[in-house]
Amino acid sequence: MLMEKRAPKAQEAGAARSGTFTGNRGLEIEEGLVFEIGRAEASGVDIDEPAPFKHRLGALAREAPIDLPGLTEPEAVRHFVRLSRYNYSIDAGIYPLGSCTMKHNPRLNEAMARLPGFADIHPLQPQSTVQGALELIAELARWLMVLTGTEAVAMAPRAGAQGEACGLMAIKAAIAAKGEAASRKVVLVPDSAHGTNPASATAVGFEVRVVPARADGTLDPAEVKKRLGPEIAAIMLTNPNTCGLFERDAARIADLVREAGAYFYCDGANLNAIMGKVRPGDLGVDGMHINLHKTFSTPHGGGGPGSGPVVLSARLAPFAPVPFVRRENGAFRLVEQQEEAKESFGRIAAFHGQMGMFVRALAYMLSHGGEGLRQAAEDAVLSANYIRVCLKDLMSGPFLERPCMHEVLFDETWLKPFGLSALDFAKAMIDEGFHPMTIYFPLVVHGAMLIEPTETESKASLDLFIAALRDLAFAARRGETERFIGAPHYAPRRRLDETRAARSPKLRWKRPGDSL
Amino acid sequence: MRYLPLTAQDRADMLARIGAASIDELFADIPGEHRLNQDLELPKRKTEMEVERLLGCLAAKNVAAGSVPFFVGAGAYKHHIPATVDHLIQRSEFLTSYTPYQPEISQGTLQAIFEFQTQVATLTGMDAANASLYDGSTAAAEAVAMARRITKRSKAILSGGLHPHYAQAISTYSMMADDDAVILPPDVLAAEDLGALIDNETACIVMQNPDFFGNLRDLSPLAESCHANGALLIGVFTEAVSLGLIKPPGAMGADIAAGEGQSIGNRLSFGGPYLGLFAAKSKYLRQVPGRLCGETVDDLGRRGFVLTLSTREQHIRRDKATSNICTNSGLAALAFTIHMSLLGGAGLERLARANHANAASLADRLSAIRGVEVVNKAFFNEFTLKVAGDGARIVEKMAQAGVLGGVPVSRLLPSKGLDDLIITASTEVNTEADRTAFAKALEGALSC
Amino acid sequence: MTTHYTKTHEYVRAEGNTGVVGITDYAQSQLGDVVFVELPPAGKTLKKGEEAATVESVKAAAEVNAPASGEVIEINNVLSESPALVNEDPTGEGWFFKIKLTEPAELNGLMDEDAYREFVKTLS
Repeated sequence: MLMEKRAPKAQEAGAARSGTFTGNRGLEIEEGLVFEIGRAEASGVDIDEPAPFKHRLGALAREAPIDLPGLTEPEAVRHFVRLSRYNYSIDAGIYPLGSCTMKHNPRLNEAMARLPGFADIHPLQPQSTVQGALELIAELARWLMVLTGTEAVAMAPRAGAQGEACGLMAIKAAIAAKGEAASRKVVLVPDSAHGTNPASATAVGFEVRVVPARADGTLDPAEVKKRLGPEIAAIMLTNPNTCGLFERDAARIADLVREAGAYFYCDGANLNAIMGKVRPGDLGVDGMHINLHKTFSTPHGGGGPGSGPVVLSARLAPFAPVPFVRRENGAFRLVEQQEEAKESFGRIAAFHGQMGMFVRALAYMLSHGGEGLRQAAEDAVLSANYIRVCLKDLMSGPFLERPCMHEVLFDETWLKPFGLSALDFAKAMIDEGFHPMTIYFPLVVHGAMLIEPTETESKASLDLFIAALRDLAFAARRGETERFIGAPHYAPRRRLDETRAARSPKLRWKRPGDSL
Repeated sequence: MRYLPLTAQDRADMLARIGAASIDELFADIPGEHRLNQDLELPKRKTEMEVERLLGCLAAKNVAAGSVPFFVGAGAYKHHIPATVDHLIQRSEFLTSYTPYQPEISQGTLQAIFEFQTQVATLTGMDAANASLYDGSTAAAEAVAMARRITKRSKAILSGGLHPHYAQAISTYSMMADDDAVILPPDVLAAEDLGALIDNETACIVMQNPDFFGNLRDLSPLAESCHANGALLIGVFTEAVSLGLIKPPGAMGADIAAGEGQSIGNRLSFGGPYLGLFAAKSKYLRQVPGRLCGETVDDLGRRGFVLTLSTREQHIRRDKATSNICTNSGLAALAFTIHMSLLGGAGLERLARANHANAASLADRLSAIRGVEVVNKAFFNEFTLKVAGDGARIVEKMAQAGVLGGVPVSRLLPSKGLDDLIITASTEVNTEADRTAFAKALEGALSC
Repeated sequence: MTTHYTKTHEYVRAEGNTGVVGITDYAQSQLGDVVFVELPPAGKTLKKGEEAATVESVKAAAEVNAPASGEVIEINNVLSESPALVNEDPTGEGWFFKIKLTEPAELNGLMDEDAYREFVKTLS
C-alpha cells in the first residue's frame, strides 16, 4: 500500500537527488507538515465527552470548527523525532557562536526544574504555600549580587533584552526622581554594541548617540568625556565588549559618567569571561543584566525562553520594578504592589519572572560553587586564546596579537583574495560537522567571524575544530572553491532562498487551492 | 569538576602553546586594584546528590498543584499535559539548539515554528502569527506599541476587564515612551461602555476575553467603533484553551490578537517561562514584532523554512526596530505545538467542553452555599465568587484546610472595594471529589 | 536632462522641474536582493536630506533621503509587486518617486555622473 500523505516537494525533488523512492537517505528522513500528515479525526489525547449540561456561554460560542488536524501518539512521536533530527545542537557538537555562550546544558538542571514543588506551583497561590520557591529566588538573587558586587537585583525580566529595557527604566525613574527628566534624554552606545542596546534605549523613550571605539577596539575615556553633558542619561557598555576585549578603562569611564550625573549600564552578555575574576559592581556599574541562558547554562531551546535578571547599584536599587522577594521575620514575602515600593517604576510583565530558569541556574551555580565558576571563566578565556594562537597565522583579524577574553574575533579580509566571504566559509564549516561561528557581528568589523568555544569543550574537541578550520583555510588558499561556493552540500537542506521568503511571505500552511 | 573537561595537563599545554606563563596573564587587562585575588563568599561546589538534596528540600516546602484540590487561575491554568510533550522537548536537538540562524541545520526548529504559527493563526482567527513572544502581558504591550506605530496615535484605552498585571505592564511601557494609556476601573460585571470613549485620537482598545473576572465579552461592536474612528482593536486572552469553545478574536473583528499560550503544553512553573501568542491581519504584517518563519525552497527545489522579514528586528534595524526582543519562547512554543498536534482541533474543542462542564458544575455547587454568589452569567472555565467575608482570609483558611480555591481579587486589585471577591478556575483536571472538598473548605472558612 | 548623485547613493534625474528619485546601482549591489520598498505618500512635502523612503533587502534596511526639496507627485507603485526592479534596473524602471522641485538650485551642490563614479571608487 502506498503512503498517501507525504511531503510532495521533498519527495519529488529529493528523490531526484537521492535516487530513492521516498526521497529518504538512510537515517535522513523527509518529513511533511503536521497538516499534511494529520487527520481531523485523529487525536493523541483521550478526553471523555462530558454528560450533557447547561452551557453558560451566552452568545459567544465558537461557530466554526477548528480546522487543525490531530495526530495519535505514535504519529506525533514519529513526526517530532524526525524533525528533531534535522537540527544541530550543543549535545551533538561544538557551537562556537560568539556572544551566545553555548555551553553544555546540565541534565541535573532539567530534573530539578521538573520537581513538582517547582514546576506545579501557581504564581498566585497563597504565599504561605510557596515559601520554598520564594527562598530559591532569594538565594539565586544572592549569588548574582555576590558575583557582581551589587546591592540589589530585579529578577522579573524575561530575557536579556527585557533586562536592558528594565535597567534603562530604572535609570529613567532615577533621573525623574532628581527632577531631570526633561533634560536627560540621550543614551550613549558604542558603535560595536549588540542591536538590542539601541533598540531597548529607543523603546524606553531615549535618543541614541553613538560613540566610536579607538583603534584597539576599546572605548577611550576621552571620547566618552567629550560626549558627556547635561543631556546624557546613561552610557550602555558591554564588558568584555563585542570584540571579545576587556574594557580596561571601564572604571574610569564609570567615574566620568557618574561625575556628569549620568548612569552606567552594562550589557552582561559576556559575563562568562569574568565571573569570579572581577566584579562589575567594583567597576562602577549601576545596572547590568545577566543572561541566565548564556552564562548560567539554562538551555537555548531553539531560541528561548531566556531570563535576564538585572543587578543594580545602590543608586538604582530603590527604583527596581515590582515584584521582588523580601525576607521578613524568618519568612519570605513577595512585594507586588507599587504602593509598598514607592520609588519602584512599576511592573514590566505579569507574575514574577522565569522560575523555571531560576531553578536551572541555581542548580548550575550550586554544582560549580564559587571556585567552580571562576574555573569556568578561566577555561573559557583559555580556550578562546588557544583558538586564537592556533589560527592567527592563517586567518586575519583586527586584534589577534593580543590576548582576547572568552571569544576571539576574526574577519574575512584573508578570504577576499580567494573570492570567498565569511558566509561561504561558515557554510563550509557545516559540511565539516560544525555549527558556524557568529558572522557579520559585531558590525564594526567587515565580515566579522566571532568564535566563542566556552569552557565545556574538551581539548580534543578544540583540536579537531582547529584542525578542520586550518584545513578549510588551506583549501581556500589552494583555490578549492567548490568546498565553499554552494556549501553546505551535506546538510539536510542546502542554501535556502531567503529572498523568495521575504518577497512573498508564506507564514502559515494553506490547503492547496485556498486563497487567503 | 563534572562539567569542565579540561584537565590540569590540558591547561598547562594550552598555556604553553599560547605563550603565557599563567592564566592570570590572559586577564591582565583587568586593573590590578579590581582583580579578585580570592574566591568570593559563595558555597563550595556540590555533587549532583547534594544539589538534589538541597533543592529537593526547597521544593518540598511548596504545595504542588497536583497534590491538592486545585482551582487557581487568574492568568495561568493547570491542565493535563500528555507525557509525550515533555519527553519530546527534552530531545537534545530541540533542547540544546539555538535560534535557527543557519537554516540548513535547523529545519527541525524552523518547521516546528511554521506549524506553531499556523496553529496560532488558526486558533485566533487571524491571518498570520509570529514565532511567540515572552508571555501574554508583554505580547499585549507589544500589540499596543504596534497599534501606535500603525495609527501614529498615542492613546491606548485598556478595558477594566483586562488582567491587572497586563494593564500595569502596558502602563509602564507607555509611560516610559511618553505615551498615553487610559486604564478603566475594574469591571467586575462587564458593564463598562468602552465604545463611548473611542475617538480619533485613539490608537487602540485592549479588550480581554474571557476577561479577568471570567466574563465573556463580545468584541464585535467595539470593532466597528474602532474602525470607524481609525483605531485598532486588540483582543487579549489569558486562557488559550478557551479558543476551543468561544469565538476567537479574529472572528469578532480584532486587528491584533495577543495572549498567553501557557495552558497548552506548559506547566505552571510559578509564573514562567510562558509564551506570548501574537497574531495580526496580513496588512499589518511588516509592523509585527518578534521572529517570523517563512516557507521557501533550497537550491535543489526542496521545501524548507527560514526566519524572514528580519529587517524589522533589532539585530538589523537597531534603534528603528519594531521591538527590542531578541529571543522568542522557543521551547515553550514547541511544547504548545506538540500538545496542539496531539489534541487536534476537534480534541481542543472536546477539552474546552470538559473545562466548561467542570466549571459549570462547580458554579452550581458553590452558588448553593449560603454567603456565596457566582457573579458571572456567562463564563468559560473561570468565574468570580462574591463571598460574605474577606476573600484573602477565606482563601488562606481554605489553603490551611488543604484546598487551593482561587485568587482573592484584592491580591491584584487592593483597596478597590473588591475584597469580597475570589476568582476561581476549574479545568479538566478537577474531579467530583475536588468539588466536594472545595465546597466543604469554603463552608468551613466562611463559618469562622 | 541631467542626473545628480548624493554621497548616500540616491540619485535625482531632473526632467524640467520634476525630479525622478531612486537609488544607484552601487547602492542596490550593496544591499543585495531587495524584498520591500516603502514609499512616501503622494502630496508629501520633503526637505533635502529628509528621510523619504525605506528599502529593505534580506539582510539590511536603509533609509532613502530626499536628494532635493520638493513635493511628491508620483510614486512607483509597481515596486510593491516587483521589488526586484530595484536590483535589475535601479535607474530606469526601479525608480522610487517623482518630486516637483521647489529649490532647483540645490542640485548644484550634488555630484554629477563622473564625480559620483570617482566617489564610488574610493569606497571599495
